[in-house]
Amino acid sequence: MRSFIRFILKNHFVILFVIIELVSLLLVVNYNSYQRSVFMSSSNNVSGGLYDSYSNGAEYLMLRQVNRELAQENAYLRSRLPESFKASRDYFNLVFDSLSQQEYIYRAAKVINNSSNKRFNYITLNKGRNHGLEAEMGVISSRGVVGIVKNISDNYSTVISILNTRLKVSAKLKSSGYFGALEWDGSNYQYAYLNEIPRHANVKVGDLIVTSGYSSIFPGDILIGHVDEVNLNEGESFFEIKVKLSVDFKNLTYVEVIGHPLKQEQLNLENETEND
Amino acid sequence: MISYLPRYIFNFFFLMLVQVLVLNNIQFSGFVNPYLYVLFIITLPFETPGWLLLLLAFASGFSIDVFSNTMGMHASATVFMAFIRPYILRAFAPRDDYQPGTLPTMSFYGTGWFLRYALILVFAHHLVLFYVEVFSVTHFFSTLWRVFASVGFTMILIFISQLFSRGKNRGR
Repeated sequence: MRSFIRFILKNHFVILFVIIELVSLLLVVNYNSYQRSVFMSSSNNVSGGLYDSYSNGAEYLMLRQVNRELAQENAYLRSRLPESFKASRDYFNLVFDSLSQQEYIYRAAKVINNSSNKRFNYITLNKGRNHGLEAEMGVISSRGVVGIVKNISDNYSTVISILNTRLKVSAKLKSSGYFGALEWDGSNYQYAYLNEIPRHANVKVGDLIVTSGYSSIFPGDILIGHVDEVNLNEGESFFEIKVKLSVDFKNLTYVEVIGHPLKQEQLNLENETEND
Repeated sequence: MISYLPRYIFNFFFLMLVQVLVLNNIQFSGFVNPYLYVLFIITLPFETPGWLLLLLAFASGFSIDVFSNTMGMHASATVFMAFIRPYILRAFAPRDDYQPGTLPTMSFYGTGWFLRYALILVFAHHLVLFYVEVFSVTHFFSTLWRVFASVGFTMILIFISQLFSRGKNRGR
């Protein structure tokens, strides 16, 4: 205590200066409206900035849930799009019953296993029969077509990804409408090949490739990729088109599974016709 | 020491009145303000104890604040100036130190010494005052320009007033 008092006595000049200066500045801030407003707003900036960075951090921790909700919302919104309904342009429907017209249903699912480095790549989803998934359903992500559901269990399902040489997807050129089969050659996960486009079609680099809508698995006009390279060999009647896939298979988290309640009806009808 | 008392009481009130009634009404082109009242702190005797120096500085600054509705601004600037005064005096001390019975004025230590000593204190005072007044760094350079201009003006007034006090001292 004595040394403390000695310290104060020794430095009384500096301590007194600090005290008086603080009193003066306190007066400045308390009695001058401009300085008060600046002081208050800057301290609000400090606290506001603190809250802001806190919520940024908390938001980051919530990303998982937010992503899931957004994916679900996307799926719901997609199922409300006009393309999801049986086209009503062809006929008039006096009683508009949206349920009976729903053609495609989208369900969000999470990718829990994925590969892109094999010749036969499969994706595993965290949803299965209990969630309304069935085999032969199309799978897309927000960026484009991913694959087709192959096997299904109660809670999981496996998907043949486009990066699988056993899968062929019916695709068309968005601009001209010529359609062909999209195949992966098993080498680069970013590129696939579109075959069966006739040589009289007008194909340019950069043209969009979308699903044809002929397969009862995918609705039409879902993005697959764009034309990266066009080759026309001498004597061949088909283009060899290299397609840059729009989906990044190295970075796939949430996908949507497309249900098609009227599929069976369509297939039955097609079979009947073929067997005739 | 006690014999200085009436002189400094007179100084205090005289400088306050001049500052409040005359100089506060002078504003050249909107931003040059002379603050002559700091002369009171500048010319206090060498032997003034530190605590008294600070309290007197607060009192004079606070009085100006009361009259010009700038609560605390002049007080903080003047207290800061009083705080650095002992260090400036020590740094500017002549070889054989300050003589007892002398005051830090032009008549005792010469024009050059006094102007250098006063310039540093006035500059410190104005720097604090104008930046506390602006209370932000966004107008940094325009404020600095105001500081320099006002320092120049204040120094001219201090020089003139010292010429008068010189005559008074000689007369004694």
